[in-house]
Amino acid sequence: MSTDGDDEGEFDGFGGRYVPEPLEAPLEELAETFDSEIDSEAFREELDGLLEHFGGRPTPVFYAETLSERYDADVYFKHEDLLHGGAHKLNNTLGQGLLAKRAGKERLIAETGAGQHGTATAMVGALLDLPVTVYMGTKDVDRQEMNVFRMRLMGAEVEPVTRGNAGLAEAVDAALEDYAENFEDTHYLVGSAVGPDPFPRMVREFQSVIGREAREQILELHGDLPDACVACVGGGSNAIGLFSGFVDDEDVALYGAEPAGKGLDSGEHSAPLSASKQENPQIFQGMKTKVIDEETTNHSVSAGLDYPAVGPEHAALQSLGRAEYHGITDEEALAAFRELSEAEGIIPALEPSHAIALAIKLAEEDRHDTILINLCGRGDKDMQTAAEKFDLR
Amino acid sequence: MPYLAAGDPDFESSLEYVEALAAGGADVIELGLPFSEPIAEGPTIQQAVVRSLEGGMTPERFFEFVAALDVDVPLVCMTYYNLIYQYGDEPVRSFVERAAEVGIEGVVVPDLPAEEADLLREACDEFGLDLIFIVAPTTAGDRLDRIMERVSGYVYVQARLGVTGARESLSDHTEETLARLEEYDVPKAVGFGISTGEHAASVVEAGADGVIVGSALIEIIAEGHETDDSTAAVAERIESLARELKAGAIEGGQRRPRPERT
Repeated sequence: MSTDGDDEGEFDGFGGRYVPEPLEAPLEELAETFDSEIDSEAFREELDGLLEHFGGRPTPVFYAETLSERYDADVYFKHEDLLHGGAHKLNNTLGQGLLAKRAGKERLIAETGAGQHGTATAMVGALLDLPVTVYMGTKDVDRQEMNVFRMRLMGAEVEPVTRGNAGLAEAVDAALEDYAENFEDTHYLVGSAVGPDPFPRMVREFQSVIGREAREQILELHGDLPDACVACVGGGSNAIGLFSGFVDDEDVALYGAEPAGKGLDSGEHSAPLSASKQENPQIFQGMKTKVIDEETTNHSVSAGLDYPAVGPEHAALQSLGRAEYHGITDEEALAAFRELSEAEGIIPALEPSHAIALAIKLAEEDRHDTILINLCGRGDKDMQTAAEKFDLR
Repeated sequence: MPYLAAGDPDFESSLEYVEALAAGGADVIELGLPFSEPIAEGPTIQQAVVRSLEGGMTPERFFEFVAALDVDVPLVCMTYYNLIYQYGDEPVRSFVERAAEVGIEGVVVPDLPAEEADLLREACDEFGLDLIFIVAPTTAGDRLDRIMERVSGYVYVQARLGVTGARESLSDHTEETLARLEEYDVPKAVGFGISTGEHAASVVEAGADGVIVGSALIEIIAEGHETDDSTAAVAERIESLARELKAGAIEGGQRRPRPERT
């Protein structure tokens, strides 16, 4: 696979670093810090120690008996929802937080959609004694109130972003502006495998613990590798983390579930890989990657997935034919959300509900016998949406 | 060297504003082709981008705009790489070809690093356009050399870190950056935060060959737009600030210490 991300962060023609000149030098410096620390034993030890004792790693792999029987396939979940904070985000924030500390930075900033990454950044800020500012679109501040409270409780400042669509993409813009002004003492803790180099390969590295663990665990539990791995893809950090453990196993099919919103033909979705008619990639937020068409309104029921672009390595994996990406609508995701809650006693977040829905489809079509799904977050934050949708009052 | 977002707040008024800049003595005019996702633009220019896009600005419309301009001043297009990359059948080349056709003489692309600029450099050479790069307070060493190898026309010296926008005072970074550039034989235009004739004078006195002013001019358009002033009244204010800046720049040149003769 040539998607490793070389020195300039190129993934088979995607990626790169398209930023204004003042950001070039700090990003170059960040890339150097990352490259040297990631090979240092002291850094590794500190990170692994915190992942275990603070984060609760390793997270288990769970055999979902009811679903397996229902769809006549062996269905496994990687329980990233059990990581401290309730989502996979902490893997990355711990890694980058430690890196920032070692580079002598005194402040962390982050963007957040669903609030999971913001919360995970606030946790690490409190842990490492670094002040945190989180940029969050007002649309998301409203629908993910509980995470706003969590962030504030841990001492983070939440800055609502009102411009444009007031969502994740605008929060990224606001954070980039802060970074452009303050990079001398500030680390921009990017939450997904997106943006200019080195962020996509750095986030992949910190999330690769998911795939590494899952591979070992499923070999032990199932006695063999899975036939397919499925994960949801907004920016794509949990998916790239899972995929990285299996990308060299050619017999393991890789699937990304993108948010098809109201349908891939509805003009309201956030699924650039499964829907974009653009043959050429675009330059967007510092990277060359696939972006939804101009006529499409960025939308998903899941605040963590409604990002108009996608991490460059996913665009590369698709173009190389190594991974497939399919759209899952809001309705399909909500149905899977309910089904997992009832069948297995696990309330997933709306984000991995997209992956569950895709896995169910694959099983129904009898395409794979053993399916490993990344359950990348728990659904507590989505109770408001669920209460309205399923009339739980 | 003033900057305006083409089509802000609408096509017709914007033509008049650009012509007012030329009448006010601009030596080069930077015309922004608005992009919906600008990085590192401050609120003033972001608002201008929104007004212009809402007024229907597109790359094609931008070229019509340039063709319709009646000015005798070199025009430089400032835009983001995505628009250049997406335009026409041949990434980058189509855009540059069309720009040359309508009379653009140079391009500045804030989010295109010198390392990624080979395609654009080739196209600019083919069609005779200058390719202007931005040098920041953080640009030094090998990066500076790489940029200066590829630059033509002038180099855009970014006077401060952070986003664009008019400021009360000038940055200390300016002199440092100008000193670092002294050995390169390319005209140096300083931008970011310059809003008055006095600013312009001190920047030129410090060794700049020109000053770039965007936000301060755009603020005039924004105010006029909000209070519904006539296009002619706004154009007059723009022309007058352009004159002040030009006079400041000339004044700064005269204040510059003469090299000592031995």
